[in-house]
Amino acid sequence: MHLADKKEVPVHRHSIWYYFGGMTLFLFAVQVATGILLLLYYRPSSENAFESVQFIITEVKFGWLIRSIHSWSANLMIATLFIHMFSVFFLRAYYPPREITWLSGAFLLIIVICFGFSGYLLPWNKLAFFATKVGTEIAGVVPIVGRPILRFLRGGDDVTGATLTRFFGFHVAVLPATATVFIAIHVALVQLHGMHVPKKYEHNYQRMKFFPNFVLRDLIGWILAIGVLAALAALFPWELGEKADAFAPAPAGIKPEWYFLFMFQTLKWIPAKILGMDGEVLGIMAFNAIALLLFIVPFIDRDPENRRRHLIFNICGVFALAYMVVMTIVGYVAK
Amino acid sequence: MKMNCKMKIEKCKLRIEPLWHRASSMCRAVRSLQFMFFNFHFSLSFGVVLPVLVILTFAVPASAQKKSSCVECHIKLDDTRLSAPAKLFDNDIHKSRGLSCNDCHGGDPNADTKEAAKDPRKGYLGKPKTLDIPAYCGKCHSDANLMKRFNPSLRVDQEREYYTSVHGHLLKEKGETRVATCISCHSVHGIRAPTDPLSSVYPSNVATTCAKCHASADYMKPFGIPSDQFDKYKTSVHAKALYDKQDLSAPTCNDCHGNHGATPPGIASVANVCGQCHGRQAELFQTSPHKKAFDDKQLAECITCHSNHAILKPNDQLIGTQQGALCINCHSNGDKGFAAAGMMRSRIDELIASIDKSTAILNDAEKKGMEVSKPKFELKGATDALTHARVLIHSSSAAEVDKVVAPGLDAAAKGYQAGLIALGERRFRREGLVVSLVFILFLALLVYLKIRQIESRQQRNPS
Repeated sequence: MHLADKKEVPVHRHSIWYYFGGMTLFLFAVQVATGILLLLYYRPSSENAFESVQFIITEVKFGWLIRSIHSWSANLMIATLFIHMFSVFFLRAYYPPREITWLSGAFLLIIVICFGFSGYLLPWNKLAFFATKVGTEIAGVVPIVGRPILRFLRGGDDVTGATLTRFFGFHVAVLPATATVFIAIHVALVQLHGMHVPKKYEHNYQRMKFFPNFVLRDLIGWILAIGVLAALAALFPWELGEKADAFAPAPAGIKPEWYFLFMFQTLKWIPAKILGMDGEVLGIMAFNAIALLLFIVPFIDRDPENRRRHLIFNICGVFALAYMVVMTIVGYVAK
Repeated sequence: MKMNCKMKIEKCKLRIEPLWHRASSMCRAVRSLQFMFFNFHFSLSFGVVLPVLVILTFAVPASAQKKSSCVECHIKLDDTRLSAPAKLFDNDIHKSRGLSCNDCHGGDPNADTKEAAKDPRKGYLGKPKTLDIPAYCGKCHSDANLMKRFNPSLRVDQEREYYTSVHGHLLKEKGETRVATCISCHSVHGIRAPTDPLSSVYPSNVATTCAKCHASADYMKPFGIPSDQFDKYKTSVHAKALYDKQDLSAPTCNDCHGNHGATPPGIASVANVCGQCHGRQAELFQTSPHKKAFDDKQLAECITCHSNHAILKPNDQLIGTQQGALCINCHSNGDKGFAAAGMMRSRIDELIASIDKSTAILNDAEKKGMEVSKPKFELKGATDALTHARVLIHSSSAAEVDKVVAPGLDAAAKGYQAGLIALGERRFRREGLVVSLVFILFLALLVYLKIRQIESRQQRNPS
């Protein structure tokens, strides 16, 4: 109470970006609440999963709403998380002493993507089945560790009921537990170090009380987010599709979820051979290297006075963002 | 007696020769191997000659190692009539089984002169006469013990069956040599297995093979039979399945007429022939009032309504009492059959209309994002009932048709109801959304006003 009373939030031209962390956290809370409700009816087996989701959306009172909000909220959470990450990157909020805050955030990004990947399979429909097949195959082409990872993810050589059971385990136990730990660390560090003020406004900003001023503003965002989720769920209910059939051919033009689309499109375009090496393997290794770079950003850009490095990082960030947006659009419209 | 002995000796030769040739070629290979090892430097033979020898011994088929002076001479002849057999034989199934020219024609394939090769004392038989062809092929193909060596599941009654066919009767009893014999359908020297897509008797090639003779008006004229069967067949539902859908189980000429015992089915046998595939329809027809009526009027059963070679895909227009329906060819207003036909048609139409209505509303609901896969699946009960009703018309009983139409109508009605509920649910969601959004915006407005109130108080009292 004392902390809430004392805590202040800087007010400047870029204060709007402060709200995306809270929004991501709120959407995570929505995920937890709707996920628990779905758990009351969901049955994690290849024989029952599809039918149980069908039961939820057709027979359970407001089951359709809960399921649709869970799916839409997951997507919005990933979107707000990306916005939060890029805003932190461009505002240099990872400068010392906030390296660990960034690091925990990067871990949370990976965890949230894993949430999306594991949750996508749970309705056990045709699209999810083949998307998981393709997704795990991509993991399988990584040299040396790829094959063991593929077998670990699938619970065998193929995507079967065993894969569904372990994805369910990851989705409702392993990932939430890990996420809780990292969220706790992340939020505690934000409280400890306070909100970061960009260098440009360091000597020229006002302050706002965290409670009630900032929290009430956050609340407006959350209330509006509920409205957006309700509208999306009512107007565009999340489709269930057809039940997965291992013997059926893969649907034509199969694509992953939008947040994997830029990687998918890259792997589609990459030449089969680059300098004698397998193009696909090279592409996957490149994405892994970029993910690793993401983790070490605060350890290679530590000096706020280094303008040259500042410029290089800005160019890299803009290029990465533009690449992701363009390739996602291309992947979306490509047949 | 002498001839009989000669035949037996020939048969034994035929059985032993392929084995002998394989054994002798292996012995030759072993001898060569020994020779290599003992006469050349070990490293040279092991490093270079041995692999070559191994490849030659195992890669070259046994048949290729046999000398065949017949092929050697015939393949060089300018007269294509004489060189064609040698060329065609390369793809012949008999060659792939290790047989050669002399196994059918006799003679000595090891002889170097024409006279020695075609020496009658060495069993040379030459080209068989048309009349003798069935027995010529039957020499091996009717011998169960011999055929077992090559293909234990192959039938050995083709020759016997052939003589029960119209072709066989004409050949045997009237000496008619223009009829089809074994080689007319299976070809000669380039004979392939019926499972080979290039074979003249592969399912999709059978009709073309029969049409070689049966589609020729000139050729068929002396026999007094029509030659339009192939053209008609090509328009049929069976041909569409076979050629367009590549469904090799679809019937072609031999499936209805038989192959080796090819004969047109008699009037009384038609239903049995069609019933091989359309079993339920044939069974219903046998118990229907039509059976006796057709028998009395000497009408061929299935083909009276469906025709024979030009069997079109049946549709609901064929039944009923309206113009174009087949029933009115025999039935007229006032008789029981006329009433039954009208009743069956109206019930089927009713079921179709009901299914269409339910499908339309469920598709509409699905397009609008509602989950209706379960009622859509349950609607299959109605479409199954429709299929069943269409089969049951062969019973000529309106009551039988009604027994399946009634539950079909129930299933369709349930589908329609489910569609209505889904669309109602969609309306409810939209109305609910409007109410919720009003409440949510109002709540957001309240919080906003609260912020303004707090901040104006903070401005007035900064401490």
